[in-house]
Amino acid sequence: MTMQIAEPVSLSQSAAKARAHAAAARNNLRTEPKAVRIAIIALAIVFLSVFIVLPLVLVFAQAFSKGILAYLAALAEPEALAAIKLTLVVATISVSLNLIFGLVAAWAIAKFEFTGKTFLITLIDLPFSVSPVISGLVFVLLFGAQGYFGGWLRDHDIQILFAVPGIALATTFVTFPFVARALIPLMQEQGTQEEEAAISLGASGLQTFFRVTLPNIKWGVLYGVLLCNARAMGEFGAVSVVSGHIRGETNTMPLLVEILYNEYQFVAAFAIASLLAMLALITLIAKTILERHLDEGHDINDD
Amino acid sequence: MTIEVRNLVKKFGSFAALDGVDLKVNDGELLALLGPSGSGKTTLLRIIAGLDWPDSGEVAFNGEDALAQGARERHVGFVFQHYALFRHMSVFENVAFGLRVQPRAVRKDEATIRRRVKELLDLVQLDWLADRYPSQLSGGQRQRIALARALAIEPRILLLDEPFGALDAKVRKELRKWLRSLHHEIHVTSIFVTHDQEEALEVANRVVVMDKGRIEQIGSPDEVYETPATAFVHGFIGESVELAVQVEGGVIRLGDRQLNLAADGLASGASKLFVRRHDMLVGPPGSGAFEGAVQHVRNFGPVQRTEVALSGGETIEIDAPRDRELRAGDTIGLEPRRYRIFANA
Repeated sequence: MTMQIAEPVSLSQSAAKARAHAAAARNNLRTEPKAVRIAIIALAIVFLSVFIVLPLVLVFAQAFSKGILAYLAALAEPEALAAIKLTLVVATISVSLNLIFGLVAAWAIAKFEFTGKTFLITLIDLPFSVSPVISGLVFVLLFGAQGYFGGWLRDHDIQILFAVPGIALATTFVTFPFVARALIPLMQEQGTQEEEAAISLGASGLQTFFRVTLPNIKWGVLYGVLLCNARAMGEFGAVSVVSGHIRGETNTMPLLVEILYNEYQFVAAFAIASLLAMLALITLIAKTILERHLDEGHDINDD
Repeated sequence: MTIEVRNLVKKFGSFAALDGVDLKVNDGELLALLGPSGSGKTTLLRIIAGLDWPDSGEVAFNGEDALAQGARERHVGFVFQHYALFRHMSVFENVAFGLRVQPRAVRKDEATIRRRVKELLDLVQLDWLADRYPSQLSGGQRQRIALARALAIEPRILLLDEPFGALDAKVRKELRKWLRSLHHEIHVTSIFVTHDQEEALEVANRVVVMDKGRIEQIGSPDEVYETPATAFVHGFIGESVELAVQVEGGVIRLGDRQLNLAADGLASGASKLFVRRHDMLVGPPGSGAFEGAVQHVRNFGPVQRTEVALSGGETIEIDAPRDRELRAGDTIGLEPRRYRIFANA
């Protein structure tokens, strides 16, 4: 940088010069030439369109290919209604279970020091790293006719595999990490001081949890539940293994889509698929809103 | 309420946060725990509050075993360094919290709670902030709300962890005065933790100086300043010139130079000599126990902060009065008005 003090430049001129320099410097910060920038952005847009937008559009196009009446008729089929109902039931069960488990696990991990903590964190992530099909097979191994508990279950006339309990169990296992994963970093960041303050003010453990901890993490809880629900409704692999594909009884929506497609009932298949696609869109929008709230809820006691 | 702590030990892994601490706090006292970070002062405070548990030792309130009770039953007001206000509650609800979570049998009715919270907000002079949220307050305001919240449960003891640590210097000074007058008003036995000696000396009735999990000295602010019990206390409180000396048979040596200072009753061996910066009197060369060349002078309010290279190699900083101008290059004699010598541990 050079300074030209001797040059007789009027003040306004030098100010204009300084502005021009500043503008040039700003542009220089984006080092890539304009053509390269446009090419990169275009590539990203094309990729997104082909791999994400196009399939989504196709689902709806196929679903409505024979008109809206055919679409509604396909959804009104008893088999379709049964699948929708089963999916809702299974999602409710597994989301509730994982909400409780996730809260307890995140609470324990974020607020307490104990041996085996790292192991527990790893264990929570296990369902993400194992193929869903294997998750399903584990339950077949446990509860199937040849499985460890198979004989006992048969003797007591309890049906787990090829019934709602098995599907709910498999879905719960696969969606295990969502709530806990959403809460652990949030609770770790918030620390334990507010809880300590509550207890020193005479609050019981439950009062502390419901009056202090839960309000602080409510957006995180909703976020975790949302993602958990999306996955629970969309799960295919694990459920496929334990369901037995009994039509009108143990088919969830994703399973029914596959069956209908294999039977060349494209409108019906895509009609169900369009419901799942809509669930995905709603989830995305809700997720965006929740993320904004999450950012607002960050630490205020630490500045 | 008196607090008695006996032989408290607390280890985090192999690190001893508290290494055998004995302390007695009198009723109505305002006591400061002073020490560098890692000296165990916060750990001691948290154990008294019931937020941490010692590995061994006893804590008694009015002679009653406090360790038998959890934090919830001890009825201790705790003010956290980072305030720990409930971020989703208004200022009013923060202060009311302790009253609202009381067991139903003793819980006051809504009107009484409102009146009490109003009183407390008046006490901390922030009644106009009742509807705000913690994120909308300044640091000093948050700290006063945290104090009002702690006082709401009419605590038997008030504990404050670095209460002014996160505030800027001006607010800190104001709050110090304010805390003193508040304590005068409500007279609850209080302990506060600080690493700021000025804060401890100015606010507290008694000061406990801690280092490495042990208590070095307990005394009034004057005592710990004027008659430090250990080398650590002398070095930590007030600004001192610190010189490594050798004591042998009633003679004090700095390097190979013999110092003309009394050494009665001192044990022989490597020792540390402490002189307050302003206790070094400047005279003509050859007039004092030390001699040195002025390196650098900065005028610092009422004093000249002067760097002197002693003949013997070490460079020290002293505060000389402004009545006689010193210049770099001058050779001067230095005589300690008062000094203390501690044998090396």
